[in-house]
Amino acid sequence: MTKQKFKSNTLPSLVMIGPVVLWLAFFIVIPLLYVAVMSFCGIDEQYNIVFRFTADNYKRLFNANYVQIYAQSLTIAALTTIICIVLAYPFSFFIARTLSKKKAILYMLVIIPFWTNSLIRIYGWRTFLGTNGWLNNRLLDFGLISSPIDFLFKPSATVLGMVYSLFPYMVLPLYTAIEKLDKSLLEASADLGAKGVSTFFRIILPLTASGIFSGSIMVFIPSLGYFFVSDILGGGNSDIIGNLIERQFQSGNNWPLGAALSMVLIIITLLLVKLYQKCGGDMESLGV
Amino acid sequence: MDKKVIVSLKNVNKIYDGGNHVVKNLDLDVYEGEFLTLLGSSGCGKTTTLRMIAGFEEVTSGTITVEGESIAEKEPYERNVNTVFQSYALFPHMTIYDNIAYGLKMKKTDKKEIAKRVSEMLDLVQLGGFENRYPSQLSGGQKQRVAIARALINQPRVLLLDEPLGALDLKLRKQMQLELKRLQRKLNITFIYVTHDQEEALSMSDRVAIMNNGILEQVDIPEKIYEEPQTQFVATFIGETNIFEGCVNSIKGKDIDIMLETGYVTARSENTFNQNDMVVISIRPERIKYSEQPKTGFALKGIIKEQVYVGSVLKTIIVLPNGHEIKIERLAGQKIPVSGDVYVYWDIDDAKLIQSESNRIFNALNNIMFT
Ligand SMILES: Nc1ncnc2c1ncn2[C@@H]1O[C@H](COP(=O)(O)OP(=O)(O)O)[C@@H](O)[C@H]1O
Ligand SMILES: [Mg+2]
Repeated sequence: MTKQKFKSNTLPSLVMIGPVVLWLAFFIVIPLLYVAVMSFCGIDEQYNIVFRFTADNYKRLFNANYVQIYAQSLTIAALTTIICIVLAYPFSFFIARTLSKKKAILYMLVIIPFWTNSLIRIYGWRTFLGTNGWLNNRLLDFGLISSPIDFLFKPSATVLGMVYSLFPYMVLPLYTAIEKLDKSLLEASADLGAKGVSTFFRIILPLTASGIFSGSIMVFIPSLGYFFVSDILGGGNSDIIGNLIERQFQSGNNWPLGAALSMVLIIITLLLVKLYQKCGGDMESLGV
Repeated sequence: MDKKVIVSLKNVNKIYDGGNHVVKNLDLDVYEGEFLTLLGSSGCGKTTTLRMIAGFEEVTSGTITVEGESIAEKEPYERNVNTVFQSYALFPHMTIYDNIAYGLKMKKTDKKEIAKRVSEMLDLVQLGGFENRYPSQLSGGQKQRVAIARALINQPRVLLLDEPLGALDLKLRKQMQLELKRLQRKLNITFIYVTHDQEEALSMSDRVAIMNNGILEQVDIPEKIYEEPQTQFVATFIGETNIFEGCVNSIKGKDIDIMLETGYVTARSENTFNQNDMVVISIRPERIKYSEQPKTGFALKGIIKEQVYVGSVLKTIIVLPNGHEIKIERLAGQKIPVSGDVYVYWDIDDAKLIQSESNRIFNALNNIMFT
């Protein structure tokens, strides 16, 4: 009886789960294993991958130049995250608290630009901010400056591009968290004698912390890897971990070293997600 | 008895965006230490009225004063009034202790004093030992007690309660009704209580204010609300009643002769009426008398249609020749004929004479068109 039941359930569930398992195996597990294996390989004089075990790639990761770039990348990611929180919080609060008709419009305004290729939008910023760009020209026209300002090719330009690219990833979880906030809790707080500031720090902030946290994860991790932003806007003056990896696979042509660098990024990501879970964050709000 | 007014609403109106006129010309004085209930069916504007007193909703026109001071310019946190929310609105991320202590923390009371007062409050609502739990770990009744303790810790002069027992099951609700009443007596705080449950309103309140469609129909002690309804709405809304529509035929002092569809009847009233006023007569089912034999004097002839036992009460329905149905209630066990002709009558003092609703509409139209 039980055996039959087991059998009759196995086939349909295999049909359902099978394709998903294959998909995950081919596109996630195998490539990841491949990267992991490659990171322990070497190269010969012609830059061909040689399959012999070595830890050299990992030793090179501690090169002072690299370490300096990790620090720079983490700083850029942290700044990006903080700026995104500060900008997205009031913005999300505003959307969540407006009437439903206007809400849809505001929401679309955040989403629509992201239907355009991000590379093109980042180039757009370069054109806009360049020494001969729209912004400098207008400032010159109005006589506000006497010679063009160098906005580009600085870490700040990279941070700007990152904030611009990743802003929606902060808005979405924040909006969800604020939307869920029960309005009567705010009234109860005011009723018990709390001024707006106290209500914000004691009620609103703690109850939307999960949104801030998941937003931060979703902004911080990509901003370690969006190399095209620092390439285009930072012009080599604000490299991030993503640039290091990209270079090993392209101009450097040292795939094993690139793989080892990728492993670093993967491990940082895993640690952050682990930390997020430890602090009670739920995976669903990361879209996982 | 001279009673001090603590909350006073004068000609208060509330019109929401979109033109929804929800509270209309509301005048209400609430006395210090009383238990006043706003009673009315869902959507009649009770919550809105309460929220205006609490300061969560602005009045469109009119004034609200608490202890003689207008509260128009005051923020909710400046008012000496606290609210128990229907949904409890407990802070989910705080322990029961922190929830109850919240009001005192906002006042920057010192820690020792807070600890002492919170434990007093927990004792008061019989929740000692629950300090370190979170709201999600409590039952509905326990959450309700926490909400009450949290609202009372600031020692408000007035406590506003919006259907606080609405989410509880019947048995718990009855028990909490008694507890709330006991608390109110003990602390001598003014309660303004909102409910749509008339039994709850009549059993707990010192006075009941009946609202209908944003209009305050009558404010009175529970017995008077039942025995002396001032409007047709109140007469039909509270308990069961028999309504006879008629017209004032003649007036001799307090005795008023009424022409009904089924005959003439005399009623008595302290209120003034004019000849030709449209009126209704309301008689409670337990006050209707009947006889199986024809009777001299006023009586309406009818036929018994059906009888229903409702626990301890026997309900009898009698149909008049014009199709009008009359309800009679008697304690079960009393003899009532099961079928056949009966003659229905009542004592003159049991018939309550009320201006008809249609008369009010007529007067209102008259005012608009001829002034
Ligand atoms: N914020 C609001 N905006 C517009 N209309 C409202 C609002 N709140 C309540 N109403 C309307 O006002 C009327 C009275 O509501 P309410 O005061 O909640 O009644 P009650 O508490 O007696 O059930 C209802 O018709 C309701 O739809
Ligand atoms: Mg209500």
